[in-house]
Amino acid sequence: MSLTQFLFWFLSALGLFSAIMVVISKNPVHSVLWLIIVFFTISGHYILLNAQFLAIVNLIVYAGAIMVLFLFVIMLMNLNAETEPQKNKWLKIAGVIGGGALLLVLVAALKDADSRNQMAQMGTGDIGLIHNLGIALFREYVIPFEISSILFLSAMVGAVVIGKKE
Amino acid sequence: MVLVAIIIGISLFVAMYETYAERKVAAFIQDRHGPNRAGPFGIFQPLADGLKLFSKEEIVPNHSNKFLFILGPGLAMLTAMMTSAVVPWGGHIHAFGRDISLQIADVNIGILYIFGVVSMGVYGVMIGGWASNNKFSLLAAIRGASQIISYELAMGLSLIALLMMTGTLSMHDIVQQQMDGRYYALYQPLGFLIFLICAFAECNRTPFDLSEAESELNFGYHQEYSSMKLGFYLFAEYVNMFISSAVMATIFWGGYDIPFVNDASFGLNHGANLLAILQVLSLFVKIGIFVFFFMWVRWTVPRFRYDQLMKLGWKTLIPLAILNMVVTGFVILLRQNHWHF
Repeated sequence: MSLTQFLFWFLSALGLFSAIMVVISKNPVHSVLWLIIVFFTISGHYILLNAQFLAIVNLIVYAGAIMVLFLFVIMLMNLNAETEPQKNKWLKIAGVIGGGALLLVLVAALKDADSRNQMAQMGTGDIGLIHNLGIALFREYVIPFEISSILFLSAMVGAVVIGKKE
Repeated sequence: MVLVAIIIGISLFVAMYETYAERKVAAFIQDRHGPNRAGPFGIFQPLADGLKLFSKEEIVPNHSNKFLFILGPGLAMLTAMMTSAVVPWGGHIHAFGRDISLQIADVNIGILYIFGVVSMGVYGVMIGGWASNNKFSLLAAIRGASQIISYELAMGLSLIALLMMTGTLSMHDIVQQQMDGRYYALYQPLGFLIFLICAFAECNRTPFDLSEAESELNFGYHQEYSSMKLGFYLFAEYVNMFISSAVMATIFWGGYDIPFVNDASFGLNHGANLLAILQVLSLFVKIGIFVFFFMWVRWTVPRFRYDQLMKLGWKTLIPLAILNMVVTGFVILLRQNHWHF
């Protein structure tokens, strides 16, 4: 087993384990910390695919900013197992069914996808390097890129409007 | 591998003597003597301090989360040390029959890597503060987190203007571009100023040391810590100061370039090894100036109030950084058009 393969299996196992721990941790702060480890493993996979830029941006944006805000809010509200409201039993069952249905849809969608037969290009692909990614984004995909930035802008305006409302 | 060990060793050594320098600078500014008992001029004071911290009793509070409580200072130290990997400390040294580069990793996303590690740095403070199970620690941790997130934005925006000029994210290439003495701080004075202020905030230095404001929070996020775990937190601050000085010197002040000297021809005349050593010295002189500046400001400017801090970050620095970015982009475009509209 080569080093790359070993890293792949290690990161995958750690990622799945942490993802499960996010769900089953009793303490919300622990959940967030496990989620941060999940983001680290995803970044590790990006690096294995030679997409350094995506890896580091994933860390900066998700692990470095969004998760800090999650942690911030959870610590500020001081949530813990005792103050957690007891959820309805039916709500839990509905959640399980909803999650299962999503899994079914994802599996069905991926089953016939073209990429199923393609091996991931370990460490050789170069679309994830910043230079190529920038050219692809600003030449071929410039309209979707700009539209998504407008989406962010509108989300920001929405957040300000909600925040202003007393 | 050897280089990694050497650089970590040097970072720790520098951080150790930064504590000494800080006390001496404070003493100088306040017209006192400062530490002068351990050794000549008190130069063994950091060793004595370290010994004291190591031999103190280790106390873990009863109601704290033990694992996270210990993880906190370790994380703070780890993130402080990791940044040094992409800083180019000098040119090449020719030894044992081959060229050895004085940079651990020349990755093509060097600046983003630093940014990523810096954004991780907040977890040491947050986890430690929360795991202490102490209201003051928690308040300090939350303050620290919101401060670092706010100033990270302005820092990133001020860097974008610089990156438009460099066209690369590699620290090594950025230094090479400044080799002719035209440092980026001269082209980007506003960007440099914003970056400097944000570096103060990211290092939790006065006037931004809201997360350890003694007068309101007792001792801030490391109130429950004792012994070397406290030492790690305090030490991480000094390592951070050293590394952020190194980053500022590298991307804005030419890194290991020797000022007023043509490095390439000097290397041809006097040999590459002498050049490399002088380059490292030059970088360390620049770092030393920045570290002194950090201390100077600490003993001169009083601490901000929390609302002033947020106002400065969000209402002054970010708009200025965006303005700087727009103007830089405009000028670059104009230059590509040979100064025609």
